[in-house]
Amino acid sequence: MPHIPPAIDLDGVTRRFVRPGGAPLVAIELVSFSVAPGTFVAVVGPSGCGKSTLLNLVAGLDPPDEGTVRIGGAVVAGPSPQVAFMLQKDLLLPWRSIQRNVEFGLEARPGIRRAERRARAERELARCGLSAFAHHYPAQLSGGMRQRAALARTLAVAPGVILLDEPFSALDAITKLTLQQSFAETIHGAGVTALLITHDLMEAVAMADRVLVMSGRPGRIVEDIGLDLPDRGSPMARRRHARAHDYAARLFSTLRLDAAEAA
Amino acid sequence: MPSSAERALGVAVAASPALPRAALRARAGAAALPAASVAVAIVMALAWQFLPPLLGVPKYILPPLGDLVREMARMWRQENLLLHLVSTASMAAAGFVLGSAFGAVCGYALGLSALWERVLSPYILALQIAPKVAFAPLFIMWFGYNAMPKLLVTVLVVFFPILVNVLQAMKTADRDLVNLARAFSMRRGQIFAKVLFPASLPNLMAGLRIGATLAVIGVTVGELVGGESGLGYLISYGEGQANTAMVFDAIALLTAIGIVLYGLVAVTEARVLHYIPRPPMR
Ligand SMILES: Nc1ncnc2c1ncn2[C@@H]1O[C@H](COP(=O)(O)OP(=O)(O)OP(=O)(O)O)[C@@H](O)[C@H]1O
Ligand SMILES: [Mg+2]
Repeated sequence: MPHIPPAIDLDGVTRRFVRPGGAPLVAIELVSFSVAPGTFVAVVGPSGCGKSTLLNLVAGLDPPDEGTVRIGGAVVAGPSPQVAFMLQKDLLLPWRSIQRNVEFGLEARPGIRRAERRARAERELARCGLSAFAHHYPAQLSGGMRQRAALARTLAVAPGVILLDEPFSALDAITKLTLQQSFAETIHGAGVTALLITHDLMEAVAMADRVLVMSGRPGRIVEDIGLDLPDRGSPMARRRHARAHDYAARLFSTLRLDAAEAA
Repeated sequence: MPSSAERALGVAVAASPALPRAALRARAGAAALPAASVAVAIVMALAWQFLPPLLGVPKYILPPLGDLVREMARMWRQENLLLHLVSTASMAAAGFVLGSAFGAVCGYALGLSALWERVLSPYILALQIAPKVAFAPLFIMWFGYNAMPKLLVTVLVVFFPILVNVLQAMKTADRDLVNLARAFSMRRGQIFAKVLFPASLPNLMAGLRIGATLAVIGVTVGELVGGESGLGYLISYGEGQANTAMVFDAIALLTAIGIVLYGLVAVTEARVLHYIPRPPMR
């Protein structure tokens, strides 16, 4: 994609959930940060701190109570065709073949004919190494292959922004490493703006350009670490750098400090 | 009998020609089951034919199997059995189709409107608990002695399991899946057609299975209470004549209708839900 992908800007974003018969639960509070076009930012934080909530706000699935979310400068008021997301669950439709699953997101786009949908799905399946499985059903694929199919579906709509909510956390260690590598190559190759939510600090360091650390609930950004590491787009190579481990250790101590403060 | 684990293993190795003994055992195991079922049927038939006379059970209590077959032939010749059979079968099928259609439409409609679902759910529950077949006399008072009451009872009996199953599927639909469709900018109609409806099919099919068995009950009650045609009518007619064999035969035919209806649903289900992997063998 030759054009410049959009930036993500959050400005003083707060999201509260009403609890039946109690004070509202503040999931995230006054979160502000920007993701420059074409960069890959990871968000880490303790469980329940509002990471998925944050992602839903950026995806336009949920409105903020305060503050604004902008994508490419425009305020987010609902789902946008520029944004695609992917979760820990592959969310493949079991009644569709892999090929038809990859076409799913394109079916809501006006003006894309069936032949073009098919061609784009085939291209993405090839990019994700799944061409041989186009006519299989999700139940016939391994977890890692299903997650790759989900990435193909995400990329098929040619999004400018990709949101990833713990996409590797349901996979075994080895599949995880291979998938991180292929996702990083594909996403950096596609030149999109990406936001990755993860529990795995080393994964954040290996894949991202920058890591944001969130505090426990109510979630706020407590640390913003730019990663000065070579081998962008190759997590395998990055993991071998001593400095990557220093970054992971630093993230770990930040999270632990925050937990100690909260206790 | 091999354990289920052994059988599963047997099936797994059956594909490999390197293990002929295991393959043979697996094939023998696969053949043994239907053979055993047939054997049970033969034993039962022989017992039915010969035990009642041996034990001195009178024919009007339990006619031997041979009498049932003879009575069936007589009914075919003298009682217009085919007409009654067709009447009951078509009524069961019509009631099943109409009841399922109404049930499914209401289930999807309520599933799409959380508000109406909450408003109506106590009444749905009450109606679901109410014994539907007890409405048959009421329908006869309203519509007279014609096909309408039978059809209505059947529709009513079939309606609820389908409604409840579809509604359940709509309520438990994966919210992340719906959010995925929303994130792709799909509209409500598209989300229903592409996600919610296909996701509900396993539940719908489960409802249809139950509905298929209930349809026969509905028609039978309708015909028992007020009919001059159908197998249910033959049951009450046979009862009046103390013709036990006739009653048994009518019950057998009603069961057959139910099995055919259920079989059709099962075949449809296997085609519709082809993507669901079957467990290797239980
Ligand atoms: N729709 C909702 N209604 C009410 N409360 C919600 C809703 N969604 C999230 N919450 C609450 O907001 C808080 C943050 O949830 P969120 O899912 O964003 O956490 P998370 O950081 O993604 O956690 P995890 O790392 O375990 O995935 C939690 O306490 C959760 O209970
Ligand atoms: Mg989460």
